Amino acid sequence: MPLDLIESPDLDAGYREGLWTLNFGPQHPATHTTLRLVLKLDGETVVEAEPDIGFLHSGFEKLAEVLDYNQYVTIVDRMNYISPMANEIAWHHAVEGLLGIDLTPRCKYIRTIFAELMRIHDHLLCTGTCVLDLGGATAFMYAFNEREKIYEICERASGQRFHTSYTRVGGLLYDVTDDWVAMVRDFCKTFPRAYRDFAGLVMKNRIFVERTRDVGVLSKADAIAGGATGPVARASGVERDLRRDEPYLAYNDLDFDVCCAQGGDCYARFQVRMMEMLESLKIIEQAIENLPSGPVFISGTGKEGLPDKTEVYRSIEGLIHHFENIMPNRQMPSPKESYYGATESPNGELGYYIVSDGDFKAYRARTRPPSVLHFSLFNRMIRGCMLSDVAAVLGSINIIAAELDR
Amino acid sequence: MSESTNLKEVLESKLPGVELAWSEFRSQQRVIVPALQIAQALRALRDAGMDQIVDITAVDMLEYPGATDRFEVVYLLLDTQSGQRLTVKTHLNEPDLKLPSAYPIWIGADWLEREVYDMFGIVFEGHPNFKRLLLPDAFESFPLRKDYPVKGRGERHNFPIITRAES
Repeated sequence: MPLDLIESPDLDAGYREGLWTLNFGPQHPATHTTLRLVLKLDGETVVEAEPDIGFLHSGFEKLAEVLDYNQYVTIVDRMNYISPMANEIAWHHAVEGLLGIDLTPRCKYIRTIFAELMRIHDHLLCTGTCVLDLGGATAFMYAFNEREKIYEICERASGQRFHTSYTRVGGLLYDVTDDWVAMVRDFCKTFPRAYRDFAGLVMKNRIFVERTRDVGVLSKADAIAGGATGPVARASGVERDLRRDEPYLAYNDLDFDVCCAQGGDCYARFQVRMMEMLESLKIIEQAIENLPSGPVFISGTGKEGLPDKTEVYRSIEGLIHHFENIMPNRQMPSPKESYYGATESPNGELGYYIVSDGDFKAYRARTRPPSVLHFSLFNRMIRGCMLSDVAAVLGSINIIAAELDR
Repeated sequence: MSESTNLKEVLESKLPGVELAWSEFRSQQRVIVPALQIAQALRALRDAGMDQIVDITAVDMLEYPGATDRFEVVYLLLDTQSGQRLTVKTHLNEPDLKLPSAYPIWIGADWLEREVYDMFGIVFEGHPNFKRLLLPDAFESFPLRKDYPVKGRGERHNFPIITRAES
């Protein structure tokens, strides 16, 4: 059915009645998590898709009002659990912006390395499962093999594979060790080969290309007005990347390119993600070779940063310092202001709007999840496509329901 | 990157005689616009180059020290060409919790406004598909309001238990 007919508002009522309604999800392998689509079909053509979300709503934003800035990091982990550390970095980026904290160079570099590892982590899952949904199980296994190595790097630094809770206001839970550095170096060495294997299987695979090219097109105008960010916007030709446009952490010192495509279709989004993985690797290589020495916490005996654990357990001053930071009635005061801090997470602009009433916990902390805005554009992408394209489009915009519903 | 526009001049010329409160915190520009003029202000800002809606959210100011209004609705705008950002705020009080929808200006406002309604009960008039976004349609409360407890009203353990015979 031609698109212009679908878009006309006075669609024949009789025609509308003859459409077939199909429930897609909430438990469907291609939805990955729990989200539901109500599809209106004309034969196999999707005329309209209405997403129904909220199955995973868990009141994270309400919890932000009772947990302090350090405690809430365990909750943001669970939003986009495909790249947990990216959420932590975004959350503490916003908190540190509110409190006016400037991090130590070592902390900035470690966070940058982790942010980029998470980008690779997220893109590997997104591209891997996108191919899996379209029937290619082998490439998926190649991607997951590499993800496992990143899990091990996370575990070495924080003691946790998945929900790392690694960042703290003004620093990191622990400093990294030399063998962590060796692990990252090793990853940088082995990843290009795995990437070649993965890309070689997929990028020119005729079945994959034909199932994704010109499918689920998002125009540049819709991408901008619809609030699309990250790889979804860049695949539609919006040249914007917060790492370059509003540099934070150590991105100012590092050399990388912003990856863009023009098509706006599923294949373009896939391509952008594939290119970004190589750029991320480039950033990690530069950052790990120039990793500054020094403390990971901001200095001073004030209430800004947590003291080192050895100090806490071995000296009374350290213990007092720790106590002053942790006890709810003695923590660092924050300005009575509102602040919006955003980072370029793997999925797009992940921001936190924090309103503070002077305590060390947020009065209100709003998450600006990229998934919500991308999924609200889903109807525009899928109209006029075939039913089998739903899985392709869902896979290409990387919807994570935990982040969508919070 | 093109030059950033002077949004203060734009708003003052488009809304003559309207009281606008400008402020700045850590170089983030904010403006408070009266609720009656919000649609006009947003449209003027869009025409001045703020082509992306980053976020729409609300804050319940019930327990905020020194606050006089109940709700603050926040629009975060962005100019994708110059990278300029602006936070537009407006205040609402019960029982008049209504604002014109920004959907005709930016399509991205669609779900953002529905979520604000879902969590705070603020109604956006002129929205094409206005209903709850995350919570079930039968849910009666607005959970991010400050008078809604963290644990309690509307929670699962308070729901009536349906037996197999009744279902």
